[in-house]
Amino acid sequence: MSLAAATHGFLSPTGVEIAFLLVGLVTFGAAIVTVTTRQLVHAALWLVVTLGGLAVEYLLLTAEFIAWVQVLIYVGSVVVLLLFGLMLTRAPIGRSPDADSGNRWAALTVAVAAAAALVWVVVDAFRATWIDLDGPAAGSTEATGASLFQNWVLPFEALSVLLLAALVGAIVLSRKAKAEAATASGSTPSGSTPAGSTPVTRSEKEGTR
Amino acid sequence: MNDALDVTLRLLIVFVVFLTFPLIIGQTEHKVMAHMQGRLGPMYAGGFHGWAQLIADGVKFAQKEDVVPTGADRRIFQLAPAVALLPYLLVLLAIPIGPGEGAVGQVIDAGIFFVLAVMGVGVLGSLMAGWASANKFSLLGGLRTAAQLLAYELPMLLTAASVAMAAGTVSLPGILDAFEWWWLPWQIVGAIVFFVAGLAELQRPPFDMPVADSEIIFGAYTEYTGLRFALFLLAEYAGIVVLCGLTTVLFLGGWHGPWGADGLGWVWTLLKTAVLAFLVIWLRVTYPRLREDQLQKLSWTLLVPLSLAQIALTGVVKVVIN
Repeated sequence: MSLAAATHGFLSPTGVEIAFLLVGLVTFGAAIVTVTTRQLVHAALWLVVTLGGLAVEYLLLTAEFIAWVQVLIYVGSVVVLLLFGLMLTRAPIGRSPDADSGNRWAALTVAVAAAAALVWVVVDAFRATWIDLDGPAAGSTEATGASLFQNWVLPFEALSVLLLAALVGAIVLSRKAKAEAATASGSTPSGSTPAGSTPVTRSEKEGTR
Repeated sequence: MNDALDVTLRLLIVFVVFLTFPLIIGQTEHKVMAHMQGRLGPMYAGGFHGWAQLIADGVKFAQKEDVVPTGADRRIFQLAPAVALLPYLLVLLAIPIGPGEGAVGQVIDAGIFFVLAVMGVGVLGSLMAGWASANKFSLLGGLRTAAQLLAYELPMLLTAASVAMAAGTVSLPGILDAFEWWWLPWQIVGAIVFFVAGLAELQRPPFDMPVADSEIIFGAYTEYTGLRFALFLLAEYAGIVVLCGLTTVLFLGGWHGPWGADGLGWVWTLLKTAVLAFLVIWLRVTYPRLREDQLQKLSWTLLVPLSLAQIALTGVVKVVIN
């Protein structure tokens, strides 16, 4: 960071750099509110702001493709799934005094350690790299695709295996719960009634996501 | 023309389209539905065949008191209509209407991803409305909205990916540049899946279980009145414009026409969009509402396999012709 700043003038930042910093601050603030607010649904909505802010940061770093995928997957699907789960279980309006965890110091330690490790790795890896905003976009779909499927194929494939394992695990868990419910209730509704078939589709859906 | 003026002009045009097209579709829906049901529809407002009916409706909505229920989460309740409406305005920016750079609000490199991502955000508005209303019908509506989005987003993405594979690009103008007439039969399954999934995402009949007015009283929008309710309705019709425009661009060749039409590309785009919008209205009048389990079943057991098959077909044909 300091090396890069030395060549590009640390004291006269460009508009993009200022915007990057400001959006970063907003994102950071939203993230803090997400974990500290006592209102469960508000936490999920602040998460939207956080993830959206990250997407804007990607955009400012010219990684357009990553930014839109971030919005598509995290804001459009993960947060919707979160809200769906909250609404299905318990989503009171107003504060939930019990929405707290005894592990908060452990969580804070893990979060700070993870953040420190990430910052250190990124600073170490990209110490003096500078993105030329006027040149060809370094994060366009084409560039991202080429580097993903040429240099990073192995991690990509490993990730897909991991996701497959999660998928299979979700199906196994949901089927086990269904079998237990069936033996507990004695009579087994064959799943032809709407009430019997909706839980199945729901768990399948969560598995696929 | 200098840059600032150019950008302002484009934004202005997109904004005008955003304000007028949904109203035109709404008025068409009034009239088409009426004639299909042996009625006349609005006949008085504005004089000629009731053309000003929706403007009168708008004035009526604007006059109404803006009520927020006591038990509601005030800020989120008030914010929800904006979250539901704005994404469609952003999506309109990226839809090319004619050939060349001049006929699109903003050329976006990863256009398909931008469009689908931002459309997905719009559903958050319904979820927020459903939760913040502090009303059990609204909450049910919000739940059904979420379930529907999760079910139908996947086939929509997969079929859009199929077109991207065929064109070798994810930019919307790029896809249109690569379009050939035989893509129509090649991608027809994908087109139908995309259109149906889009209808479900907009919660249009027959996929209007989340707003089913006869059982859960318009779902997430039960507690809304006045201008905010009008904004939700506007979002629905803007959604129709966006969905029909996108289907046109992705599957029907956008500005390409059967007779070499130089300079008339935008007419083709508008014509195809209008025909699709008519289809949306026609489907509303024709089919009864699907039950919640039928909705989920249709997506997971029919649309997802069909879209996967379409991707496989696209891949095979692409490899063969290369």
